[in-house]
Amino acid sequence: MSTDDGARVPDGARAPDGPQGTGAEPLLRVEDLRVDYRTAGGRVPAVRGVSFTLEAGSKLGVAGESGCGKSTVALALLRLLPKSARVGGSVLLEGEDVTAMRWGRLRAVRWAGASIVFQGAMHALNAVRRVGDQIAEPMLLHGTVPPGRTGARVGELLESVGLPRWRARSYPHELSGGQRQRVMIAMALACEPRLIIADEPTTALDVMVQAQILRLIDDLVAGSGIGLVMISHDLSVLADTCDRLAVMYAGRVVEEGPAAEVVAAARHPYAAALSAAFPRVGDPGSRMAPRGLPGDPPDPAALPEGCSFRPRCAVAEERCAATDPDLWSAGDGGRRAACVKVLEEAV
Amino acid sequence: MTRPATAAAAPPEEPGAPGPGTAPGGPSRAARVLRYLGGRLLTAAVSLLAVMVTSFFLFRILPGDPVRAMTEGREVSVEQLEELRAQFGLDKPLWQQFADYCVGLLRFDFGTSYQYRVPVAELIAERIGPTVLLAGTGTVVAALLGLVLGTRAAWRRGSAGDRATTAVALTLWSVPSFWLGLLLIVVLASGAGWLPGLFPTSGMSTPGVEGGFDSAVDVAHHMVLPVATMVAVVYAQYLLIMRSSVLDEMGADYLTTARAKGLRDSLVLRRHAVPNALLPTVTLIFLNLGRVMGGVILIETVFAWPGLGSLFYSGLRVPDLPLVQALFVLFASAVIIMNLLADLVYPLLDPRVRT
Amino acid sequence: MSAPAPSRRALLWARRRAAWGEFARTYAQNRAGLFGLAALAAAALTALCAPLFIDAGELAVTGGPGGRFEPPSGEFWLGTDAFGRSVLAMVLWGARISLTVGFLAAFVSVALGTVIGIIAGHFGGWPSDVLMRVTDWFLVLPSLVVAVALAAVLERSTLTIIVAIGVTAWPATARVVRAQTLSVEARPFIERARALGGGHLHVMKRHVLPNVMPVVLAQTTLLVAEAIVMESTLSFLGLGDPSTISWGGILQDARSAGAISSGIWWYMVPPGLAIALVALSFTLCGRALEGVFNPRLRERR
Repeated sequence: MSTDDGARVPDGARAPDGPQGTGAEPLLRVEDLRVDYRTAGGRVPAVRGVSFTLEAGSKLGVAGESGCGKSTVALALLRLLPKSARVGGSVLLEGEDVTAMRWGRLRAVRWAGASIVFQGAMHALNAVRRVGDQIAEPMLLHGTVPPGRTGARVGELLESVGLPRWRARSYPHELSGGQRQRVMIAMALACEPRLIIADEPTTALDVMVQAQILRLIDDLVAGSGIGLVMISHDLSVLADTCDRLAVMYAGRVVEEGPAAEVVAAARHPYAAALSAAFPRVGDPGSRMAPRGLPGDPPDPAALPEGCSFRPRCAVAEERCAATDPDLWSAGDGGRRAACVKVLEEAV
Repeated sequence: MTRPATAAAAPPEEPGAPGPGTAPGGPSRAARVLRYLGGRLLTAAVSLLAVMVTSFFLFRILPGDPVRAMTEGREVSVEQLEELRAQFGLDKPLWQQFADYCVGLLRFDFGTSYQYRVPVAELIAERIGPTVLLAGTGTVVAALLGLVLGTRAAWRRGSAGDRATTAVALTLWSVPSFWLGLLLIVVLASGAGWLPGLFPTSGMSTPGVEGGFDSAVDVAHHMVLPVATMVAVVYAQYLLIMRSSVLDEMGADYLTTARAKGLRDSLVLRRHAVPNALLPTVTLIFLNLGRVMGGVILIETVFAWPGLGSLFYSGLRVPDLPLVQALFVLFASAVIIMNLLADLVYPLLDPRVRT
Repeated sequence: MSAPAPSRRALLWARRRAAWGEFARTYAQNRAGLFGLAALAAAALTALCAPLFIDAGELAVTGGPGGRFEPPSGEFWLGTDAFGRSVLAMVLWGARISLTVGFLAAFVSVALGTVIGIIAGHFGGWPSDVLMRVTDWFLVLPSLVVAVALAAVLERSTLTIIVAIGVTAWPATARVVRAQTLSVEARPFIERARALGGGHLHVMKRHVLPNVMPVVLAQTTLLVAEAIVMESTLSFLGLGDPSTISWGGILQDARSAGAISSGIWWYMVPPGLAIALVALSFTLCGRALEGVFNPRLRERR
């Protein structure tokens, strides 16, 4: 806890000049986000102090194994977590703290301010309602489009994601997985939000369709000023799409930096292992030496002492058991990593 | 944000869509719908036929001589017995009785009641209205109550309200309906104890009350207790089914989507969770109509409601075979036809079944 | 196979004990289930011990020790009926018939439903189709109407009531058991048993039946509740055995003696409460058992 307080001091010092001009405030600023779930065995931390910022028009990728807390972060951004979750820290969306909003204001911000493209669009769409109605629903709710125009707007949106207009009358089960994901994207764009959170948007799609969906997201976001937070377990997906990358492990960000650099030369041993686990097309080196990571992610209810990656780390040392390092600066372009060795090299 | 260029770049249709995935309509779909309808109709027809056959043999082959039962306690000569047999067609060989019975059923001729000595069809025509009124009102009220309370209980699962709702429903479900009816009569109708008789103890109308509005109010007044009894015993089933189907939907991702869109909780429930949860419940409501039929017999008996249920009861005591047999066929066919309706309505409610 | 017999048996017993312990712990978490179990134990004990403290002679129409319709008093806690018999004694005695009929009828219907369900699930193909069509047909029939019809045409006796309930209540069990059989047969050990030369009967008896039993147990418990209510209903409609005392029978007597119009509540309320309490207890136990055997139900309470 004491280290966290220490980490927050600089932010506190910076805070006064934050809200001065709205132009200075980034689109999204997450500060020391913490989430625990209440379970039968007590409180279990799922997210342990995650901070990042996102400028309008830029794209941030969040990577990590399943269970590292990345989906919890996505849901926490709009306070969509179940009642058993307790959230700490702050989520500033255009300078306004989502975690402190009243319910009415929060509902107004949801979808109109920030929308989500959910994982596995099969279940994220309501099976008994036409997709057109589901796309139109947030527009009517937030009043972004006059009621008489929603039909036309739904058609435009469907065409913009590469689906014919008549698909508005289809039900989700009549669509393929890729088509459902397109509908989901059209729905996310419905109210022209400033931020889109894409939670595993391409998981469970086959590779060709995956590439199409990624290109679609890329094209739609590019030049529109929309900020994108894309969450995936697949580092190669993020590397192609995003400007910056944050790698999460056991509820914390362990490495952050420009996407290409993080993938090519990770500083944290976990990020390095993760990027080695996905062989890059056209890179014979990675194909010849595919590397997996031994062991499983730690149980959040019983995290190891010190650095939580230590038990699986190939280069762990004795001192790693003593400290759980914060993110240190690890190079140009705002690169940061949470490993004692990084600090050493920097010094 | 509209960038048609992108749209052109992406192939509009990916292969592997479940279901037809192509243009709506088309001949294959029509054929499938027809086959579905045909199958359901055939099943219902076979069920109806089986009910007819069962009803005939159940009441005829099993022991007991109807003519003796009819004349029980009276001095009758052998000739009189023979005469009665001939009058009711009981002297003919069994196969011919069966043939007569089948032909009769198709013409809505169910024979002559032993006890009332009038055609059974007439008796049924006279009594069917009150039963439909009572059973219909009871079912609609019970279903609405069950669906609303079940949804609310599921939405606030584990809360004191949920537990109380479920406990009350289970308790009322365990109570025999006829006893509950008797209790209501004692407490609210017979005027015993400290409460005056608020409601009539029996029947459907007060003799002498005339005029459209007055008699409607009078019938409604007579209906309160029977309908309350029926609702109390039946609604629990709907409540429990609805509660568990809403709970099944609770964790679903599309509800998170709906909340993320900024819908308030009550709208998430009404627009998204309930329509999905209703589907299994509706089928079960129709399947449950058999139980409602049983309840109607008891409640009509207890409240002396002039419907088919009390007619059935009076026929049992004789036993008045043509009457009981006809009512058995009627009750069973009503349920079969209701189930057929459910099968036909279900695809309209659930798009997943429609294609 | 090569393991020595005694140690194998010991292992089996240890595993069974552990399973029972786990079962008891999970069940005990359901307070309503515990309440039901306690109430049932009390009811069963009453039924068993009734002859010890009730003189059967005083339950005969001619042997009533009190006056006609005496209200509750120190001597007769729940008053007396038209023949001067103690209502309390009759209700306690009635537990014997009501519980017996409830158990036996549930047993008959569950046995029927289990056999049909396992056969339909095991063989598949057209025999399954035919069996399930028949099951659906019975499921649709209004069960009380059928039971009433059966009880009306057969001789009036307790056995008739048991048969009437047993014959009408089995289809739900058959459906549940068939579904469970299908899921059990999809597991790999069934294939292994077949590969080792296990015949149909062997597979059904040794592999499917034990795995279907939990579902069957829960189903039986729920059915006993229904059977008890059904028994009282049939007795109330005058289709019961007039020579025995059951809860439904007492209610019918009360009604024909005019207890309703003359407000003799002590004749009418206790038997109905007894039916409701016992039926509720069985339902609570059944739901608790379902919860134990079906973790998905347990999670959402």
